[in-house]
Amino acid sequence: MKSFTYERATSPAEAAAKAARTPGARFIAGGTNLLDLMKLEIETPPHLIDVNGLGLDKIEATDDGGLRIGALVRNTDLAADDRVRRDYGVLSRALLAGASGQLRNKATTAGNLLQRTRCPYFYDTGQACNKRTPGSGCSAIGGFSRQHAVVGASTACIATHPSDMAVAMRVLDAQVETVKPDGKTRRIKIADFHKLPGSTPHIETALQAGEFITAVTLPKPIGGIHVYHKIRDRASYAFALVSVAAVIQPDGTGRVALGGVAHKPWRVEKAETDLPKGAKAVMAKLMADATPTPENEFKITLVERTLSAALMDARA
Amino acid sequence: MASPIDISPNRRDLLITAGAAAALSSAATATAAQTAEVSQPVISKISFSVNGADQALELDLRTTLLDALREHLHLTGTKKGCDHGQCGACTVMVNGKRINSCLSLAVMHDGDEITTIEGLGTPDKLHPMQAAFIKHDGYQCGYCTPGQICSAVAVLEEIRAGIPSHVSDDLNAAPALTADEMRERMSGNICRCGAYSNIIDAMSEVAGATA
Ligand SMILES: Cc1cc2nc3c(=O)[nH]c(=O)nc-3n(C[C@H](O)[C@H](O)[C@H](O)COP(=O)(O)OP(=O)(O)OC[C@H]3O[C@@H](n4cnc5c(N)ncnc54)[C@H](O)[C@@H]3O)c2cc1C
Ligand code: SF4
Ligand code: FES
Ligand code: FES
Repeated sequence: MKSFTYERATSPAEAAAKAARTPGARFIAGGTNLLDLMKLEIETPPHLIDVNGLGLDKIEATDDGGLRIGALVRNTDLAADDRVRRDYGVLSRALLAGASGQLRNKATTAGNLLQRTRCPYFYDTGQACNKRTPGSGCSAIGGFSRQHAVVGASTACIATHPSDMAVAMRVLDAQVETVKPDGKTRRIKIADFHKLPGSTPHIETALQAGEFITAVTLPKPIGGIHVYHKIRDRASYAFALVSVAAVIQPDGTGRVALGGVAHKPWRVEKAETDLPKGAKAVMAKLMADATPTPENEFKITLVERTLSAALMDARA
Repeated sequence: MASPIDISPNRRDLLITAGAAAALSSAATATAAQTAEVSQPVISKISFSVNGADQALELDLRTTLLDALREHLHLTGTKKGCDHGQCGACTVMVNGKRINSCLSLAVMHDGDEITTIEGLGTPDKLHPMQAAFIKHDGYQCGYCTPGQICSAVAVLEEIRAGIPSHVSDDLNAAPALTADEMRERMSGNICRCGAYSNIIDAMSEVAGATA
C-alpha cells in the first residue's frame, strides 16, 4: 500500500472543499472497498478524509412521506430499519443479499453506491484496463468475460457495477444528495448517477471532483410486492451473475431493474408496460441492443428466467 | 513508474521533514506526495481499548486493525487469511459489532472498544461458544476458528436483536434461531477444512441453551 496522510472531516462542505483542493484525495467511509483497492495499489490516494464522524448515520422521514438515508448509515442498519422493511422491502432484500454480515456492518450507503467493478482484469495491475489506466485497452474483451456486461457496454469497457443495493434504489427512484466543493448542494436522480462506460469507463458517476454524498432519499412508498432475486455461483457471499429487483402491484403492473448485466443498475421504463404480460414480453425492450460475448450470453436467458421467477413470487 | 511531475530532491526533503499536516498545506505538495516514488510512512498516535484494556500505539497510518492486533499487541488469536474481506478469519467485535479487521485502518478505531477471541474467554474460563466448538469438533486445523467463534457469538446476538437475513421468509417478523438462519449469517466465514456442519451444531447448542 502506498503511504498517505489522513484527517477526520469536520463538516460535509469542508470535506468536499478539502477533497477538491487535494489532488487524488479520497473520502473513506467503511473502507471495505477502498482499502481493498489500496492494498493492491489500484487506488493510491495520497490523502484520506475520514467521513465517519459527521453524524450522517440517521434515517429520517422526509416532508413528502419518503425517507432520507444518511450517507454513513451502515448496510446492516439500513436493511434492518423497520420503515425500510415495511415500505421498501426490495431495498432490505437487496442489501441482505450482498456481501457478508461483517462487511454489511461496516459498509455504508454512499460507499456501496460508489464501490468499483469486480472485473478481474481491473483488479490485476499487470493487465490492460481502460478503467484503471485510461487508453491502455480492455483485457476482458476477448478474455474471460463470463461475469461481464451484456447491455450498455462499449468497445472500451464491458464491466458491470457490482452493487445489489443500487439496483433496488434504481427501482425505487432514489435520489442522491450531495454537497459540492463550493458548498452548493444538489440532488442527482439515481438513473443519472451511474454512467455507462462509453469511451471514458474511468468516469463512473455524475459526481464532480470533490463532491461529497450526504444522503440518499427515497420517495414516498409505492406499495406493491417487493422482490429481489439474486443468482450467483454460490448461495451466499458472492456477487450477482444476474439480479432482478421488482415492485409489482396487484394488477400486474410494476417496475423492474437488473443487476449484474451492465455498468449501472439496468432499468428500461418503457419495457415495464409489458410487465402484466409476463417476463418474455418484457425482454425485447429490456434487453434491446444487447451485446453479449459467447461466454456471457447465458445471462440473457438467465434474466428472463429470473424475472419470470420474480414475477411468480410477486403474484403468489 | 511514470511521474507526471518532476520532483526535485529539495521538494522531497521538505516533504519528509515537514510532516503530515504541513505537507498538505498546499495542493502542489500533496501532488508531490502522490507521485513520489518512495512513499514515506506517516506515523500516528492511536488509542483504543482491546478486551477491556486501554492501548496506546504509534503506528504507520497504513496499519490495519488486524495488523495492529497481531503485530503490535501480539494478540495472535485473530488470524489473517486473505487480507481482503473474503474469508472472515480476521473477524473481531468493534463496539459490539463484528467486522473484518483486515479491511479497516487502526487509525479509524480511535476510542473504540475491540473484543478479540482472547477477550471472549480464557483456557480456564471458556466462553460457552468456545466450549461448544470443542464439544462438537467445530474445527480441524483451527485456523478459521477464532473468526468463526467471534462471528458465531455475534450472529446469535444479531438474530436476537431482530436483524433480518437473506433467508428470513418474512422481513417484518422477528427472525428465528434456525440452522438455516445461522448458516446464511455465517457465510462470511470460510472454513478450508469444511467444519461447517459441526459449527452449526455448536451454535445450535449455545442458541438453545441461552434462547
Ligand atoms: C468479499 C466481499 C464481498 C462483497 N460482496 C458484495 C455483494 O455481494 N454485493 C454488493 O453489493 N457488494 C458486495 N461487496 C462490496 C461492499 O458492498 C462494498 O465494499 C461496500 O458497500 C463499500 O462501502 P464502504 O462504506 O466500505 O466504502 P468505502 O470503501 O469507504 O468507499 C468506497 C468509495 O466511495 C467513496 N465514498 C465513500 N463515502 C462517500 C461519500 N459520502 N461521498 C462521496 N464519496 C464517498 C470512497 O472515496 C471510495 O472511493 C463485497 C465486498 C467484499 C470485500
Ligand atoms: S471490462 Fe472495463 S474494467 Fe474490465 S478490463 Fe475492460 S476496461 Fe477494465
Ligand atoms: S483476513 Fe480479513 S476477511 Fe480474510
Ligand atoms: S478448521 Fe481449518 S480452516 Fe476451518
